[in-house]
Amino acid sequence: MALETMPDGPVVENPAMDKGPDFTQRAHAALIDPGLRRNFRRAMDGLMEKRAAQFADPVAWAALRERGAQARAAALARLPDLLEELEARCAANGIQVHWAETIEDGNAIVLGILNHHRARQVVKGKSMVSEEMHLNDHLAAHGITAIESDLGEYIIQLAGELPSHIVMPCIHKNKDQIATLLAANIPGLGYTEDVAALTAAARRILRDRFAAADAGISGVNFAVAETGTLVLIENEGNGRLSTTLPPLHIAITGIEKVVERLDDIPPLLALLPRSATGQPITTYVNMITSPRKPGEKDGPAAVHLILLDNGRSRVFADAQLRDTLRCIRCGACINHCPVYARVGGHSYGSVYPGPIGKILTPQIAGLDVAGDLPHASTLCNACVEVCPVKIPIADILVRLRQEAAQPAGAATPAVKGAGSRRHIAEALVWTVWRWVYAWPWLHHRATRLLARIGNWIPARAPLLRAWTRNRTRPHFAGQTLHERARRAGIDHE
Amino acid sequence: MSQPSRPSRPETVYFFGTCLIDLFYPQAGLAGMELLRREGLRVVFPQNQSCCAQPARNSGYLDEARAVARRQIETFVEDWPIVVPSGSCAGMMRTHYPALFEGQPDAERARAFAGRVVELTWFLVHVLDIRLADKGEPVTVTWHASCHAMREMGVRDEPKQLLRQLSGVTLVEAGHETECCGFGGTFAVRHAEIAAAMVDDKVTSIARTGASAVISGDCGCLMNITGAIDKAGRPIVGRHIAEFLLERCHGA
Amino acid sequence: MSDNARSRILARLRAAAPGPVPPRPAWTPPTYLAEERRARFIAMIEAAHAEVHEVDQTTWPVRLRSILANKGVRRVMTAPTTAAGQQLAAVWADLADAPALIAYDQPVEVLKPVLVRDVDAAVTMTRGAIAETGTLVLWPSPAEPRLMSLLPPIHVALVEEWRIADSLAALMADESWAAAMPTNAVLISGPSKTADIEQTLAYGVHGPKELIVLLVRDQEAGAAAV
Ligand code: SF4
Repeated sequence: MALETMPDGPVVENPAMDKGPDFTQRAHAALIDPGLRRNFRRAMDGLMEKRAAQFADPVAWAALRERGAQARAAALARLPDLLEELEARCAANGIQVHWAETIEDGNAIVLGILNHHRARQVVKGKSMVSEEMHLNDHLAAHGITAIESDLGEYIIQLAGELPSHIVMPCIHKNKDQIATLLAANIPGLGYTEDVAALTAAARRILRDRFAAADAGISGVNFAVAETGTLVLIENEGNGRLSTTLPPLHIAITGIEKVVERLDDIPPLLALLPRSATGQPITTYVNMITSPRKPGEKDGPAAVHLILLDNGRSRVFADAQLRDTLRCIRCGACINHCPVYARVGGHSYGSVYPGPIGKILTPQIAGLDVAGDLPHASTLCNACVEVCPVKIPIADILVRLRQEAAQPAGAATPAVKGAGSRRHIAEALVWTVWRWVYAWPWLHHRATRLLARIGNWIPARAPLLRAWTRNRTRPHFAGQTLHERARRAGIDHE
Repeated sequence: MSQPSRPSRPETVYFFGTCLIDLFYPQAGLAGMELLRREGLRVVFPQNQSCCAQPARNSGYLDEARAVARRQIETFVEDWPIVVPSGSCAGMMRTHYPALFEGQPDAERARAFAGRVVELTWFLVHVLDIRLADKGEPVTVTWHASCHAMREMGVRDEPKQLLRQLSGVTLVEAGHETECCGFGGTFAVRHAEIAAAMVDDKVTSIARTGASAVISGDCGCLMNITGAIDKAGRPIVGRHIAEFLLERCHGA
Repeated sequence: MSDNARSRILARLRAAAPGPVPPRPAWTPPTYLAEERRARFIAMIEAAHAEVHEVDQTTWPVRLRSILANKGVRRVMTAPTTAAGQQLAAVWADLADAPALIAYDQPVEVLKPVLVRDVDAAVTMTRGAIAETGTLVLWPSPAEPRLMSLLPPIHVALVEEWRIADSLAALMADESWAAAMPTNAVLISGPSKTADIEQTLAYGVHGPKELIVLLVRDQEAGAAAV
């Protein structure tokens, strides 16, 4: 595999993006699907309510959140040291650590390990990083079957779709859609909307897959440098099965997931599930520190940990953008995003949808590829308000807008594709705006004129046309407040 | 959230009119100033003010934003509170000016300016402890909470406290009251379809309350919401809270 | 490839300005009074769909037999060398109609077919429990392996009520977990569940469909009080 490397980081060949229509087109398609909008709205309303109930005490929430944000920020502050410490601890415990710069690297490493163990049947626990790598496709191309075992991911895999949410992958589907899909794919299961029956059928099928699996692949929620412990949380038990029953376990994670100490875990655990789904804790918290030891009767004989960079070290290089890497993937920002609730997860064309996707994907894939995402926000700050690790999502969105629109040609651009979205016309508008609003003499004359003739601007004018599609045009007042204040004799100095 | 600790009652305040009020809602600006004057304050409206510069900043044009922001900083020179009848513009000036000017020669000045910015309803409640005597006919209204008032200025209950003081006014909470109306400045035209879906849902929630008026503290939201209400032909009026309070208590 | 990747990634991270290490803010997990602690544990784990039965140290195997009889359980997996496993075997040997006991006494490679399909329930001990979240703490061991609490449709867990800690943070600190983490430590807060289909809760999607907690009374404390 040829790997082109630039001084500031590898070229990301296969970004975490779909090819095809852009955000606006996909969003439009989603907007005219009333069923989809209903599915999302109902789900999001429930999730917001449950989260709010978990953090009903604002003082406790503020203190806990401060601690969680600190745990993540402290980890990033010492990231290279902690990664080395993690590696050393894991090695001492018998977990083999691999480093992958790109998703191609990561896929090659996974394939190499599987081939070494002659593994052909793989079960997967939920892993967003493996989605980012398009790992399943890569393994399939090499004759290895990887079955998603998280129920939501399994449904998505059967449907041949991408997840629409990082915590609840098939949240865009309703019961009849899932019933139809499972009936067509599970032998002996007729169409039923009984969720218990559907779940039982999936259990039956997937139990056989677990029993037959040569390897399990999982993600990681937190990797503890101090002890070399991998912390995985889940409700279903498929994550524990994937990491316990097959003889080989491969864990894949981004390099940012490390935390310094084991005592960083309790506050982060107190934030993650409550933010994600409004539950006090997940059913399982699975802490893995080594492969099977002599005398132990189960657990994988070999455990591998893959640390994936894929652009993260570049994000890390910028002091402001670095905050993006604090993310613990709880999805609360997604659940509270009014844009996401309207357009759903697939519109983003990114493995990570919603607010976190809007800041992460353009940085990983590049603004040239995903530069429209930072604009898919009203900057309403609903995400900022709930983010358990205090990521200034709105400020980062603005920063990315700035990077995308700046004149190209910076020697070492902070973000790949910086300057790629600069439009001369738009830049000109802001230049004119600047002169008008920074110079009182001009401002008085321009606004006096606009207040008087604004209502005669033709309705076909570009901005007005977009505005008036479902709104009446704004009414210019005839006289500005400046004029009326002067006339009313209000002091002006 | 980042409001100053309760300042003592000043004799003089600045009024920042905002660019939207300037062109589209001057009566809301006048009402805001009138409310302050009736509380015995001297109100100064500097003629050289223009815009908080949020539109350029939010579009990523920081140099342009800084030039316009600097004009405001150089205009509001006295050490008086700067009262703003918009949570969004107040949020821009209070929470974003310090970052916008970081590393600039006038960074300190920008920080000091930011520290003087207060949102109108917050000022009426916490500094002036205003008492409102309602003289209007009974009416049912609903409130639209502006995102930046809530999440940048920490102004949540203050406007509703004011509305609740009005004896003839029944305040009915709309569903999803704290959800964004979809304005978002350039978002409304850049992503017109999504913005339309958002404001349509907002209008539906408002209509469900049965209120005859929707009150807001931000003219951006108001322009968006009333535009959609009018287009849908619904019999609901939109009012800036300053204008509404003045109408109710002192006649218009 | 990996070695070069490692050095390049670390070099890039080190080239960036290190951030300031933020000071650790004060955060204290919740604490409970003795009588609250137990009640909180029970309320939380029941809210997560577990069944809690208060039992005596000596008679719990009898109690368990009747609980399981109502559920039609016929084959129960135990850890034959643990105190609980031995007690269960001894008591059930004398009981008519007790379910058959299957010992987890060989590696999973041998027992897999039985474990995956042919066991109705498994009985494990616990290392402790957490009141705040209604959580069982298990450190599986050679005597009591990991899959016992995962594969069978019913998991029966013995919790000694004097081992209920206030919070995970308190437990980790008191027992110095960081000094010696086991191969696998697992926290369990209810039966296996999913809400992936229209946010409707369903249990037993992969792991146990039922979690039965036998809360063992502190008889010494009781005796002392008398
Ligand atoms: S950005 Fe914050 S809210 Fe969003 S997924 Fe990450 S941690 Fe959760």
